[in-house]
Amino acid sequence: MRRRTFVAAGISAVAAGTSISCGGNQAGWRFFTAEEARAVDAICEQIIPAGPHPGAHDARVVNYIDIQLTRHFRKHQETYRRGIAGVEAAGRKKFGRRFVELSPEQQVEILSDAEEKSKAFFELILAHTRQGFYGDPRHGGNHNMVSWKMLGLPSPPIRGRERSVWPGFFCPA
Amino acid sequence: MSGQGGGFLPMPLKHVNAVIVGAGAGGGVAAKELASAGLSVVLLERGKWYSAADCRKDDLRNQRTTVLGNGFGPDDERNPRVLVEGKRETIVWPSEGGYSNNAACVGGGTFSYGAQSWRYMEQDFRMRSTYGAVPGSTLEDWPITYADLEPYYEKAEWEMGVSGDVANNIFKAPRKKPLPMPPLPPSREHQVLLPAAKRLGLHPFDIPMLRNTVPYNGRRACMRCRWCVGFACETNARTGTHNTVIPAALATGNCAIRTECMTREVLLDGRGRSRGVAYIDAAGHLQEQTADLVIVSCGAVESARLLLNSRHRLFPGGLGNRYGWVGRNLQSHTYPAVTGLFETETYDDLGPGASIAICDYNHGNPGLAGGGMLANEFIRLPYQFMGQVPPWIARWGAEHKEFVRNAYRRTISVMGPVQEMPMFAARVELDPKVKDYWGIPVARLSGSKHPHTLDIARFMAEKAEAWLKEAGAAQTWRRMPGPSLSGGQHQAGTCRMGNDPKTSVVDRDCRLHDVDNVYVIDAGVHVTNGGFNPALTILANAYRASERLVNAWKGSRAHS
Ligand SMILES: Cc1cc2nc3c(=O)[nH]c(=O)nc-3n(C[C@H](O)[C@H](O)[C@H](O)COP(=O)(O)OP(=O)(O)OC[C@H]3O[C@@H](n4cnc5c(N)ncnc54)[C@H](O)[C@@H]3O)c2cc1C
Ligand code: SF4
Repeated sequence: MRRRTFVAAGISAVAAGTSISCGGNQAGWRFFTAEEARAVDAICEQIIPAGPHPGAHDARVVNYIDIQLTRHFRKHQETYRRGIAGVEAAGRKKFGRRFVELSPEQQVEILSDAEEKSKAFFELILAHTRQGFYGDPRHGGNHNMVSWKMLGLPSPPIRGRERSVWPGFFCPA
Repeated sequence: MSGQGGGFLPMPLKHVNAVIVGAGAGGGVAAKELASAGLSVVLLERGKWYSAADCRKDDLRNQRTTVLGNGFGPDDERNPRVLVEGKRETIVWPSEGGYSNNAACVGGGTFSYGAQSWRYMEQDFRMRSTYGAVPGSTLEDWPITYADLEPYYEKAEWEMGVSGDVANNIFKAPRKKPLPMPPLPPSREHQVLLPAAKRLGLHPFDIPMLRNTVPYNGRRACMRCRWCVGFACETNARTGTHNTVIPAALATGNCAIRTECMTREVLLDGRGRSRGVAYIDAAGHLQEQTADLVIVSCGAVESARLLLNSRHRLFPGGLGNRYGWVGRNLQSHTYPAVTGLFETETYDDLGPGASIAICDYNHGNPGLAGGGMLANEFIRLPYQFMGQVPPWIARWGAEHKEFVRNAYRRTISVMGPVQEMPMFAARVELDPKVKDYWGIPVARLSGSKHPHTLDIARFMAEKAEAWLKEAGAAQTWRRMPGPSLSGGQHQAGTCRMGNDPKTSVVDRDCRLHDVDNVYVIDAGVHVTNGGFNPALTILANAYRASERLVNAWKGSRAHS
């Protein structure tokens, strides 16, 4: 049952992120509705856009946020729910469309407004996008370590960098 | 043991000579010194005992970046505090700013710290005599001098193991022995900053570190991870009380450690002497550990809280608090930070980072009551780097991402711990309403920084900036501290040591003025906190206070 839901959800580009987030609602998300997830994915992508290097969408930042909203960020659930609704409402009012359907310029305009008027939500999603993009993949974002590769940081960070300075130096395989 | 919960007392525990509350820096050393002298000791720790295998280098959940919680305690579920800012009161949790967390685990802060191991300077012990009264500050001299502490600094350095090379630090206080281990080979950052400091006529040197650079004391040498501070050490090369004095205390056979035991109060008999402590064990049972001596080593905030929670007919305002000084003078360090952007790469991926320092501005700065050391920062995590992006870069979008990509490997940060002017109003109290998971009233923090502390921070930022510019930084920018209360990892001062019972909590031997068998041995007793990271001073003072306690001990000894 869960498997089928996942495959169905896999059709949408956003839901690619759900390969890690099994369980949760119909679309495979833990907290977001499928529509919310698409909006969040688009917002995150404006915060850290793809260019010569992958952006928030490729890093599956929305997956990170979805997972954490059912864990350490539970207390932020309401802020997200209202914040996303606010962004959607603003898009409809100004341009008559859902956020994901807006042009990049229009999306930036809506988000710049949110930065001013919806501070609590915007500051959260800004911080969480950075975490999901630059943080450890184990938490559901930074898929394929795209940001670490961008910064030229070979993985994994756990190992010592120096291997030859001291004779007989311990270096785990 | 009985399965009954709350309030039910199971079998009485065996009486011991000393119960030590808190297995951190101060408590760890005290346990080893007392147990080695033949006293029977129980060491209570509210946190867990993590091992080197807990080195998971989780960059979002460690002791420094806590967006997903603290790596090494306390947990967010059970440990609230209340923060008072002006008229605003908020319940804060350990992973949030404003909580003033250090750690909750065996080793305390020393389990995951950066391991800079500084001796304070001579002037740091007599700030009042050096600079006179500072209006609005409780700036005071310590009741002991640097000379009193010197042998114990040496003991901590050699017994636990410190690396580094302070020969070029012409400002250092007199010392008898060099450090037992050499510094790590210089990183690229170090090589950029060293000649620049010399050109400026400054006196750069290798930071002393409680970190093995060669095998020492049966533990390995550092392998230079990218990420060190805030994480467990995979090789055990970084030195804390958890891998030195605490195992040594246990090896004597005279010391038992009990983890996940939350101490609720110091118990008193009818005459106002202590008879032990009450704590809630890992299974949730209330226990009484009776002892001849009680040593409070919970870290500055929690030690004050424990004393205040120990009320008695004779001490209605809490233990040691006859004159209202417990919890006062909460202080830490104020950090101005400057980041410089270089044309070429300064990043070489060789941890741990911080390695070069100057003490040219700790004292003798015109018009200022003190100063602080300046050093390069530990290797920054990519997410941490967000906090170092300059204010003129857009906060989101392609510009921000491009800046991070371009600058990450070309920036150096220089910062330093400014010695703070203590404030009587910066304090720990008990919150009248909020209780923790165990039903114990929590710490309520209030107060702010002294304005002169911020003056010194501005001066230090100028000096850091000049150093980076001389090193070739094309651009520099500052991150300046605000006036809000200082606590956190370098928390100190809440159980001030002094000769006058009316203006201090413990005497020069770290014994409560009020009760002759209760001691405080941790950063709480610091009168002032030096312009340096505090751990080595906490360790040295713990060796000193323990020695005096043992010398004065007239009770039984198991074997010594
Ligand atoms: C990430 C990080 C980096 C740091 N870097 C440096 C550095 O480079 N150099 C430096 O000098 N310092 C550094 N520090 C600070 C240093 O670790 C502390 O100054 C030092 O550990 C404080 O010693 P303490 O004995 O006062 O308290 P702690 O070491 O905090 O020990 C107190 C212990 O008591 C326990 N406890 C508290 N209340 C109770 C209770 N009621 N019952 C039972 N147990 C209790 C706590 O869980 C804790 O383990 C750093 C700290 C951190 C977290
Ligand atoms: S850099 Fe050295 S001291 Fe730090 S965690 Fe790695 S091995 Fe341990």
